[in-house]
Amino acid sequence: MQIMEKSFKTLSYIAALFSIAAVFGIILSIFLEGLPLFKVVSIQEFIWGNAWYPTHGEAPQFGIRNLLIGSVYATLGALVIAVPLGLGSAIFISEIATPRLREIAKPAVELLAAIPSVVYGLFGMAILAPFIRELFDLSTGLNLLSTSIILGLMVVPIIASMSEDALSTVPKHMREASLALGATQWETITGVVLPAARSGIVGSVLQGFGRAIGETMVVLMVAGGSAQIPGSIFESLRPLTSTIAAEMGETVMGDLHYRSLFAIAIVLFLITFVTNLVAELVFLKRRLK
Amino acid sequence: MSKRELRNLAGKSLVGILCAITAGMLIVFLYGIFSRGIGVLSWEFISQPPRSGMTEGGIFPAIVGTFWLTLLSIAIALPMGILCAIYLYSYGRPLWFVKLVKLAINTLVGIPSIIYGLFGMAVFVNMLSLDVSLISGALTLAILALPLIINAAEEALQGVPKDFTEASIALGAPISKTILRVVLPTAMPNILTGTIISIGRVAGETAPIMFTAATFYSRRLPSSLSHEVMALPYHIFALMTEGSKGSLQAPIAYGSAVVLLLMVLGVSSIAIIIRYRFRRNKQW
Repeated sequence: MQIMEKSFKTLSYIAALFSIAAVFGIILSIFLEGLPLFKVVSIQEFIWGNAWYPTHGEAPQFGIRNLLIGSVYATLGALVIAVPLGLGSAIFISEIATPRLREIAKPAVELLAAIPSVVYGLFGMAILAPFIRELFDLSTGLNLLSTSIILGLMVVPIIASMSEDALSTVPKHMREASLALGATQWETITGVVLPAARSGIVGSVLQGFGRAIGETMVVLMVAGGSAQIPGSIFESLRPLTSTIAAEMGETVMGDLHYRSLFAIAIVLFLITFVTNLVAELVFLKRRLK
Repeated sequence: MSKRELRNLAGKSLVGILCAITAGMLIVFLYGIFSRGIGVLSWEFISQPPRSGMTEGGIFPAIVGTFWLTLLSIAIALPMGILCAIYLYSYGRPLWFVKLVKLAINTLVGIPSIIYGLFGMAVFVNMLSLDVSLISGALTLAILALPLIINAAEEALQGVPKDFTEASIALGAPISKTILRVVLPTAMPNILTGTIISIGRVAGETAPIMFTAATFYSRRLPSSLSHEVMALPYHIFALMTEGSKGSLQAPIAYGSAVVLLLMVLGVSSIAIIIRYRFRRNKQW
C-alpha cells in the first residue's frame, strides 16, 4: 500500500519534471546550435545587418534586419485585420447574439482554430494571391497584403475566443447596473463591459501576436520570399520563420548557415517567450495564481 | 430617434457587420478549398499511392503516415500529460515547483512550431541518430502535444467535485487510489475530448515534421519506426512548391487539403459533440 502510494507520487512528479525538462531541452538545443555563430558574426551585425546572403561563397553575410522587419510587418498587418474582426465578433457573440446563436458560434470558433495552417497557406497561395494580382494588376500576388489577410484570418479565432471568454466573465450585475441607470446597450458595452474586460482583451491580442509571428507555413507559402523590407503592401517579404523552413534543407549540419538559422530560432524564441510571459503575467493572470 | 439611440443602433450594427465579415471570409475560405478539392476525391484517391511523378494516383501513403504520426505522438504524450496534470491537481507541492511547471507548460504552448522542428532535428534526428523517421517525428509532435494535453487534463480534473475526493478519503482510501478509482474515471470524458481536440492540432502540423519525419515521395508504407513517411500536411505543401508540373499537382493538393480538413474537423466535431452531451447529462 505504502509502496503503491510512493511510486504513484514519484511517477506523477517525474512527469511534471519532464515538462520542465522539455522546455530546457528546447532552449538548450537551439542555443547550443545557434550561439557558435556569434564567434564569427557579431550580435550587432546579425541583428542589424541588412544583407542576408548566407550561402555566398567568399563573404557570406548574416544580417537578419530585413527578415525581422518582415516578420513584424506581417504580424502587424495580420493584427490590423484580426483585431477589429476578432473583437467585433467576440462582442457580438457575447453581448448581442441570442443564447441559441451563441451556442452554435462558440464551438464553431473552436473548430476554426483547429484548421491546419498549411490549408490556409494553400488558399493564400493558390486562390487569394492570383486574385490580388489581378485585382491590383501586379506582377505577383505573393506579397505583404496577401500574407496579412491570411495570417489575420488565422488569428481571428484566437482573438475572438479569448476575448469572448474575457467578456463573459464580466459579472452580469455590472451590465444591469449600467442599463438601470439609463445607459443604452452600446454605452454599456463601451463604457462598462469593455473596460472591465480590458486586460483579458489585451492578453488575447498579445497571444494573437505570438501566434502570428511564429507561424511558418502561411508565410512560407504566401509571403513571396525576397529578403527585403517591403516598401508597400504590394511587395513581397521574407519573415524569420519562413527563412528557417526554406533554407534548413540546404544546410550542412554544423556549418555557419545551419548555425545562423538556429540563431534566428533564438531570436524568434525570445520574442514569443517575452510576449507570452507578458500576456500571462500582466494581462491574463490566470495560470500562475 | 435621439442621438444616443442612433449611436446605440450604429454600434450594435457595427459589431454585427464585423462578425458577419468574419463568417463571410471563413465561408469563402472553406468554399474555395472544398469546391476545388471535392471533385478530386474518389476511392482511388484515398486508397492508391501517387503515380507519374505526383501528377496522378492517390494519397494513401500520406494518410497512413499522418495516422501513425498522430497515433504514436498521442500515445506518448497522453500518459505523460495525465500524470503531470495529476501532480498539479493532487500533490501540488512545493509551490515554487508548481509555478515552474506551469511556466514551463505556458512556454511550451507559445513556442512556434518551427522551433519544435529544429529541436527535433537537433536532438532526435542528429544527436540520438534516429534519422529522419517516423519515430523522430512522433517524438517531436508528442512534445508539441504535451502542454495541450496537460491543460485539458488539468481542467478536467479541476471539474471533479471536491465532495467526491473527500468522500473517498473519508472512507480511508489513500490518495493514489482516490485518484485512480474516483477522480480519473469521473474526469476521463473531459480528458479524452480535450485530447481529441489536440489530435486535430497534431495531425495538421507541418513545420515540426519537415525536417524530422516527412518525405515528399515514398511508394512503400512505413513498416518500421525508422522509416521516413509521407504526411498529408507536408504533402500539400510539397505539391505546391516542389515538382515541375504545378498545374497537374494543384488538384491533388486541393484533394489532400479536403481530406485533411475532413479528418481534423471531423475528429474535433466529434469531441465537441461528446463534450456537449456529457455536460448535459452529468448528474452532479
